[in-house]
Amino acid sequence: MATTTTVALRARTAPPQVPGWRAVAEHWMRKYRRVWFGTAISSFLAPLLYLAGMGFGLGLLVDRASGGVGGVPYVVFIAPGVLASTAMQVGVGEASFSVMGGIKWDRIYHGMLATPLGPVDVVAGQLAFIAFRVLTSCAVFLAVAGLLGTVRSPWALAALAVATLCGVACAACSFAYAARLDNDRGLTLMFRFVITPMTLFAGTFFPIEQLPGWLQPVAWVTPLWHAVDACRSLVLGTATPGPVAGHVAYLGAWLVAGVWLAVRVLRRRMVV
Amino acid sequence: MKWGDVRTGEYLLPVLDAPLILARGLVKTFGDFVAVDGIDVEVRRGESFGFLGPNGAGKSSTMRMIGCVSPPSGGTLQVLGMDPATDGPRIRARLGVVPQRDSLDEELTVEENLWVYGRYFGLPRHVVRERARQLLEFAQLTDRADSVVEPLSGGMKRRLTIARGLVNEPEILLLDEPTTGLDPQARHVLWDRLFRLKREGVTLVLTTHYMDEAEQLCDRLVVMDRGRIVAEGSPRELIARHSTREVLELRFDADDHAQHLAGVDGIADRVEVLADRLLLYVRDGEAAHSEVVRRGLEPLSALVRRSTLEDVFLHLTGRSLVD
Repeated sequence: MATTTTVALRARTAPPQVPGWRAVAEHWMRKYRRVWFGTAISSFLAPLLYLAGMGFGLGLLVDRASGGVGGVPYVVFIAPGVLASTAMQVGVGEASFSVMGGIKWDRIYHGMLATPLGPVDVVAGQLAFIAFRVLTSCAVFLAVAGLLGTVRSPWALAALAVATLCGVACAACSFAYAARLDNDRGLTLMFRFVITPMTLFAGTFFPIEQLPGWLQPVAWVTPLWHAVDACRSLVLGTATPGPVAGHVAYLGAWLVAGVWLAVRVLRRRMVV
Repeated sequence: MKWGDVRTGEYLLPVLDAPLILARGLVKTFGDFVAVDGIDVEVRRGESFGFLGPNGAGKSSTMRMIGCVSPPSGGTLQVLGMDPATDGPRIRARLGVVPQRDSLDEELTVEENLWVYGRYFGLPRHVVRERARQLLEFAQLTDRADSVVEPLSGGMKRRLTIARGLVNEPEILLLDEPTTGLDPQARHVLWDRLFRLKREGVTLVLTTHYMDEAEQLCDRLVVMDRGRIVAEGSPRELIARHSTREVLELRFDADDHAQHLAGVDGIADRVEVLADRLLLYVRDGEAAHSEVVRRGLEPLSALVRRSTLEDVFLHLTGRSLVD
């Protein structure tokens, strides 16, 4: 083998510094530009409809019958819950069909992984974009909720951060799940049997103390309940540091586990 | 990720005659299935190298290992003097990949696809834009720059995929079945583009099951069958070594062409029986045809042609390339 001579060569292109995850996030942002109007409408309108229908409609009955929930009008009670569940839905929505598409339909992950990027960049970049989507959706919702008089404390801004954390954590888990699937039926099942029940029963619309005793621990386990409870105390201005820190730590654990799983599943699926 | 150092510093590269790709006893298994069964490959700078074989011969698995997206199951592999197991991202930074199935972002425009892809290699925005402009020109897609990818024809998507694979100015361009599924005209446009790259000195490595493609584009190729390499050489060498100069094809009005074997006995060096014709391997096709006529045989049609890689494959494996 004539490999004896080695010569130092300078890399031909100037040293650019674009972290891999950022290039991936840029790609998703560029895709989003084409559809932002439609998704913006649905991600802002849906929670507002919940707030209006449940809060003001159902709320009238609740408030008449029992003077609100936990000392506040019903609409004020559910606004932070809707904030947290919106975060979850936007997050999971952006990490389900698009993940399957990246693997099976337009296969853009295959394109990404043929470059210096690795599974870590693919996951981190998409989650960074999702963080942006969750944050903006929740911020607009919170602003409108504020205008409707349902925000009681400036700590609501911290609630925005907690909701975003919840959205990204759920997105990471959804990514890991979607990346394992062979077809999109599993995604429909996830929305029907995980996301919708969680939205309904994790404290969004009523305190989980209303649930049968055996079901309450199930609610405690869900990431959404922790986000709802933290957001509610922050938006209502009743937060104490201990419980909020506990909720944030719990959501952080879901995020870490979700990212780890997502990277692992994607690597096993794609690097074979 | 630790690919920053690739692009910042100096690195050592064995030059001169060092092969860009070097595989020894390379193996890829999926469970019990052996896709690549111990192949030796050497590809040198500036050469155009092909893997010819039918579907399922192990070509794509080999390409994915060279592209550092599929870890080898055995043997050794070096690409650009590095080990894919440890230097995958650094190697991929210097490869261009045209996968068998398109992986374009169909929601974005033609030009946007090049922009986002260039960024994956860490290129600054102004560089990406400039290269995208040149590559669109090269791929004859300038007038479609602002079209969304989804409705484009297969040939255009293929050309865009090739343009995308060139965005990092790769040292090796890997093309897996570059023209499969395209109509003849689109194939010729694509071959013309690839031929230009070859003339510019880009090292091309391609897989194909089309013998005409291999003959057009490859300086050197290996014939693969069931995970193994069964022959290696330039198209001309392979034909000279494994086939005769000319082939006389005879079609008879018969369900089984084997029944006409006795009639042509002694005319050819070798006879292959296909479902619909006999192939007579001869030095002089016209002379052989005259002999067929003299013997009073009455084929429905007779055709004299040059030997191709298809004949080489048939001879080596007893099967056709395209079923």
